[in-house]
Amino acid sequence: MLGKLDWAAIPFEEPIPLIAALVVFLGMVGLFAWVALKGWLPYLWREWITSVDHKRIGVMYIILAMLMLLRGFVDAIMMRTHQTATLFGEGYLPPDHYDQIFSAHGTIMIFFASMPFMIGLMNFVVPLQLGVRDVAFPTLNSVGFWLTASGALLVNLSLVIGEFARTGWLPYAPLSELEYSPGVGVDYYLWAIQISGVGTLVTGVNLVTTILKMRAPGMGYLRMPIFCWTSLASCMLIVAAFPILTATLAMLTLDRYLGFHFFTNTAGGNPMMFVNLIWAWGHPEVYILVLPAFGLFSEIFSTFSSKPLFGYRSMVAATLFICVVSFTVWLHHFFTMGAGADVNAAFGIATSVIAVGTGVKIYNWMFTMYGGRIRFDTPMLWALGFITTFTVGGMTGVLLAVPAADFVLHNSMFLVAHFHNVIISGVLFGAFAGYTFWFPKAFGFRLHEGWGKAAFWFTLVGFILVFVPLYVVGLQGMTRRLQSIPVDGWAPSLLVALFGVAVMIAGAACQVIQLFVSIRQRDSLRDETGDPWDGRSLEWSTPSPPPAFNFARLPHVEDEEPYWNIKQRAIEGQPPEVPESYQPIEMPKNSPTGFVSAFFATLIGFALIWHIWWLAILGMIGAYATFVVFAWRDEAEYEIPASEVERVDRERLETRQAWYKRREEHA
Amino acid sequence: MAGRKALGGALPLLCAALLSGCGRGVLDPQGPVGEGNRQILLNSLAVMLVIVVPTIIGALWFAWWFRASNPKARYDPTFTYSGRIELIVWSIPTLTILFLGGLIYYGSHQLDPRRSLGPADRTLEVQVVALDWKWLFIYPDRQVATVNELRLPAGVPVRFRLTSASVMNVFFVPQLGTMIYAMNGMESELNLQADHVGQLYGQGAHYSGAGFPGMNFTVHVLAQDDFDQWATRLRGGTAVLNAETYAELAQQSHDVAPFAYSQVQGGLFDAIVRQVLPPARGPDSGRGGEPEIHPQPLDASICTTPVDVSRMDFDFDGRG
Repeated sequence: MLGKLDWAAIPFEEPIPLIAALVVFLGMVGLFAWVALKGWLPYLWREWITSVDHKRIGVMYIILAMLMLLRGFVDAIMMRTHQTATLFGEGYLPPDHYDQIFSAHGTIMIFFASMPFMIGLMNFVVPLQLGVRDVAFPTLNSVGFWLTASGALLVNLSLVIGEFARTGWLPYAPLSELEYSPGVGVDYYLWAIQISGVGTLVTGVNLVTTILKMRAPGMGYLRMPIFCWTSLASCMLIVAAFPILTATLAMLTLDRYLGFHFFTNTAGGNPMMFVNLIWAWGHPEVYILVLPAFGLFSEIFSTFSSKPLFGYRSMVAATLFICVVSFTVWLHHFFTMGAGADVNAAFGIATSVIAVGTGVKIYNWMFTMYGGRIRFDTPMLWALGFITTFTVGGMTGVLLAVPAADFVLHNSMFLVAHFHNVIISGVLFGAFAGYTFWFPKAFGFRLHEGWGKAAFWFTLVGFILVFVPLYVVGLQGMTRRLQSIPVDGWAPSLLVALFGVAVMIAGAACQVIQLFVSIRQRDSLRDETGDPWDGRSLEWSTPSPPPAFNFARLPHVEDEEPYWNIKQRAIEGQPPEVPESYQPIEMPKNSPTGFVSAFFATLIGFALIWHIWWLAILGMIGAYATFVVFAWRDEAEYEIPASEVERVDRERLETRQAWYKRREEHA
Repeated sequence: MAGRKALGGALPLLCAALLSGCGRGVLDPQGPVGEGNRQILLNSLAVMLVIVVPTIIGALWFAWWFRASNPKARYDPTFTYSGRIELIVWSIPTLTILFLGGLIYYGSHQLDPRRSLGPADRTLEVQVVALDWKWLFIYPDRQVATVNELRLPAGVPVRFRLTSASVMNVFFVPQLGTMIYAMNGMESELNLQADHVGQLYGQGAHYSGAGFPGMNFTVHVLAQDDFDQWATRLRGGTAVLNAETYAELAQQSHDVAPFAYSQVQGGLFDAIVRQVLPPARGPDSGRGGEPEIHPQPLDASICTTPVDVSRMDFDFDGRG
């Protein structure tokens, strides 16, 4: 009846995950009860869960990402404390638990923290920057989000029901084959990533279509804000690379479920092919994550320097250069598998060539600041922290691309320090910068600056304190994924890194406090104009938060910085033209399709993990029925009456006008 | 600015860690290959630091000088394009990478793991098998083998032939240099040399399951005479490594104390590479793994031709 699922699946003998899960579970029940008691469930259902508004979906992506970021961070804290503890004794995590933790840490941080954060920011910002009302396929967008959430749910479920993979975040064959991982851990990994991978893929398709087909009138490709360009590049990479991941994991699934031999040791299977294929996706994935961050840093450097971006076209070229070259470098992940000298040299050179694109970007950001009038608000601090530390991370990356050096650094803590260096300073700092930058746009009030700056300094210092010693210990020969530390000489570095973790915890605490303090003080932090940072692109021309339809009339774009120029003209005394009349606007109707199909996807995933075949069939029928119901819908859109559009837009124009006047008097 | 003070306090600590860290790592090589790795690593680092350091200083200096509160800084919002700067901006990284590309090509060939370090007759062959979770080292010339302990003569080029009994692993002695994967059904090759008598730390450098952290071993580098003596003395023992005892050894076990075999059946390594000796079994259960989901025992599965290994002659190609 329940397949392989029985009481043995619950890890009663391991108190840590059980208690952790219990706390999380009680927290969720408590939260649900609170929301239900307050009578907010209908609101939640109507305005968020079934919403197809790209802004709401973007916000939900980011909430998911932040929760998963915390989960992944707890894993990281456990790894660092446990490893240090083994210097003095046994530590507190047995190997099978420790191995699940580092696997879960990587999986969660990449797939369920970094990806949703970046996709959430793109979802929220891109349509606003393009001057349009929604993405190309709004319901598909909702489906994409809920499938990602479904994957995240499955990963977290593995904490209490069964186990998670003990193979590392990329389940290298043959360790991940049934022969060497007979438990359900790898199956959890496979189905969670497959389900969320479909979500990511449809989001990629959606955003590429949106950017290519739905820009405001007059916005040619070379008038798009740079964040739209990097989002386009990132989403094109998603469309090109994620099918490789899906296919590779599907092959591993066939091996595990139906006795195929794609990657097995025997019967003609080729485990190296798994490594080859997974990195053919894995390396572009790095750029999928970091390109949107590059874009938003460009926006931030330009906005807080009060200057247009330096070398805009050069930046676009560098973005596309990175986008293309990122597909030609994956072999550097296995220089030490014995490829010939020429092959290694070719891929080593290709890898370092990518650094040219990144280098160009760094210089252009520098020259964006040159001649600027720089304000050091929190987003700018993150950007400066990024430009300095990312340069170091890039350098160690190129070092690892030198085969002869990689021969002694592969799989070492030096490598671990390198990719954390680039992912934390690139993606995470980018995520926090973007979060602080666009938060007022999403919610109508700013985040508290003092706590934000404290969070920045603690995170930056903690990050340096953790990863510089890990570089050092890597040069000392320490390899990654060690459940116990066999060499005493590594102790000093690990202790410094542990201290760094404590500083990073302070940084994370500041972020959480910042959010609460900002919500409490929202009235004094209110963004009344919709343009809190003296912005330059179209999202700042909308009120904060923007109305469901974003723009009462689609803006007409005449140059690279449409909003900045409208604003300058208004400040010079030419009021923006007030439209004579307003048209009603058709907006897509809310739909529970995403939520319901993700519910069935979760059922299917869970059923397949535990071999509960009837439930899997039931889930598939349910998912198909959901699709049929959605496809047969009669009305896809609802109309916002012209009077409502007019009311919102007049209000916006009035506050703007008042602000321009205040500004003039001030100057 | 509290953060900066904290950073200032931490820097000496970091430097201390760094200094104490140089010994016994990849920056303190004990052989020609490690020496080469270190040279390439430091040269590449130096090439990049030449542009990275000025870039970081420049970025911070621009940000500080052009702060809004600095009345001396000239605000020029029209400075958004300069063909000359773009040319320089694309050239600097390109030239650096061109230069580095040379290093990459040279290093990749110079330190190709397959490149032998001396004439064949002076080279010692060691066969390495990664097992769950210990290392087996076979010395075919002497027909002895050790587990979790590697003995090498000083100053003699060594040709390692590597494979794995089960999952992937990596053979890595940080102070000797280059590491290489060991994979089942495949053979990889690595040439190393230890220059001085002493003890070195070696380890598995690719996570391979629960017993992975115990997969480290000591490399005893001995004078040639001592090495010969050790091997001769070992030959006097009784422990035999053949198909039967290998099957026992290949079973999963943790933190195995070093021990040795006084006699090794010829061709054993090739038999493992060619899967005449089938891949070792994995664990019997995982959480959520009922006995039935464990695959069929290997000798009965469709993939391996059933072989009665005890009657098999392993003497492939006259080797061993």
